[in-house]
Amino acid sequence: MSTPSQTVGPYLALGLEWTDGPDAVAPSMPDAVWLRGTVRDGAGEPVPDAVVETWQADADGRFNHPADPRGAVAVPGFRGFGRCTTNAEGDYGVRTVVPGAVPAEVGSTEQGQAQAPHIDISVLARGLLHRVVTRVYFPEHTDQHQSDPVLRTVPQDRRATLIAERTQDGYRFDIRLQGERETVFFDV
Amino acid sequence: MSTTEGHRLALPRYHRDPPGTHPPLDSPAYGSTALRHPKQPLVVLPHRLTEVTGPLLGPGRIGPLDNDLTRQHPGEPHGQRIIVHGRLLDGNGEPVRDSLVELWQANAAGRYKHVRDRWPAPVDPNFDGTGRTLTDSEGRYEFTTIKPGAYPWQNHDNAWRPAHIHFSVFGTAFTQRLVTQMYFPDDPLFAQDPIFNSVPDPKARQRMISRFDLDRTQPNWALAFEFDIVLRGNDSSVFEDEEEDE
Repeated sequence: MSTPSQTVGPYLALGLEWTDGPDAVAPSMPDAVWLRGTVRDGAGEPVPDAVVETWQADADGRFNHPADPRGAVAVPGFRGFGRCTTNAEGDYGVRTVVPGAVPAEVGSTEQGQAQAPHIDISVLARGLLHRVVTRVYFPEHTDQHQSDPVLRTVPQDRRATLIAERTQDGYRFDIRLQGERETVFFDV
Repeated sequence: MSTTEGHRLALPRYHRDPPGTHPPLDSPAYGSTALRHPKQPLVVLPHRLTEVTGPLLGPGRIGPLDNDLTRQHPGEPHGQRIIVHGRLLDGNGEPVRDSLVELWQANAAGRYKHVRDRWPAPVDPNFDGTGRTLTDSEGRYEFTTIKPGAYPWQNHDNAWRPAHIHFSVFGTAFTQRLVTQMYFPDDPLFAQDPIFNSVPDPKARQRMISRFDLDRTQPNWALAFEFDIVLRGNDSSVFEDEEEDE
């Protein structure tokens, strides 16, 4: 009975742009980093009419949410949700912190197997009738990537599309909607 | 990793929507999907802690006139004043309370207040076409706005978008995030619109069409339309292995 998804259209910035949207954490947050990247289409062209939204655990791997069975934890200055419309060059940037590892759920086949630190990302754009979802992982956690229950389901030769690169002020994570080195997208 | 060892978590599970509910990312009739739909198969992601949680965005995001798009400027905008109201529900019929609803739309002439909109219809200086509100304790929301006009676009020969309002809602979990469009009853442009018709299931398509609501029409003031938005339902406290059910 769900309402169907529709494209945000080319003028999404009217409804979805917030001045503080890119701040998943307050600018004053210790260890704040920028997660930046470019969204490109199948021709390699930048996508100037997209919005990137991020959702993640805090630095301890916890969520300020009633569905976290460990109890919701509110960290001052931490929203965990970032939103940035792309500019004319297809670029986005979200100010955040590297999340902690997130535990697995009960009863799963990988019970007790923590997930490597990751951020869930939605991309909405003109030409996308339904958002696409990906995850970004961090280059310093290579050991945890080997055992990450989600990365293990991704074909080995495509996993690199989910790993951010270290930069001077944080990380770079480019998103390719289609074509060469197409980003891995998830069916959630 | 002291925070992750020894925890055995029981998470709510969100039902996946039946095939046909949402448009295929590759919908050739809507030309802009051609270079933007992933060609590799999506990797099925069983819902984990990051997916069953989500931003709970509330009062801090709303200004006093954000839900009345006709009062955001000193003058009255042109066009037919309308009230758009409805409920934000999950698939079990439960209201989603205190939750952010965002919308944006064209003005009465079918033009967006956006630098890239070049359609030569007038810009209305008294209409931004942007609104926000929160659902109440029963999941209800309400906006006062102007009925948007249809407008031409370049997708195909003589292409016109049916009048519509863009809606953005979050629900309570990452899995429930939804952006959709609300349409108006009996629009003659439905038949030729590839975005409306991108939804495969005809019954699902009807769920994007609002209902004219005479009861909520305000005499000598505004017509009214009702539009409920339904997000994926969930089972709380599931202790089984989701992967076995995929």
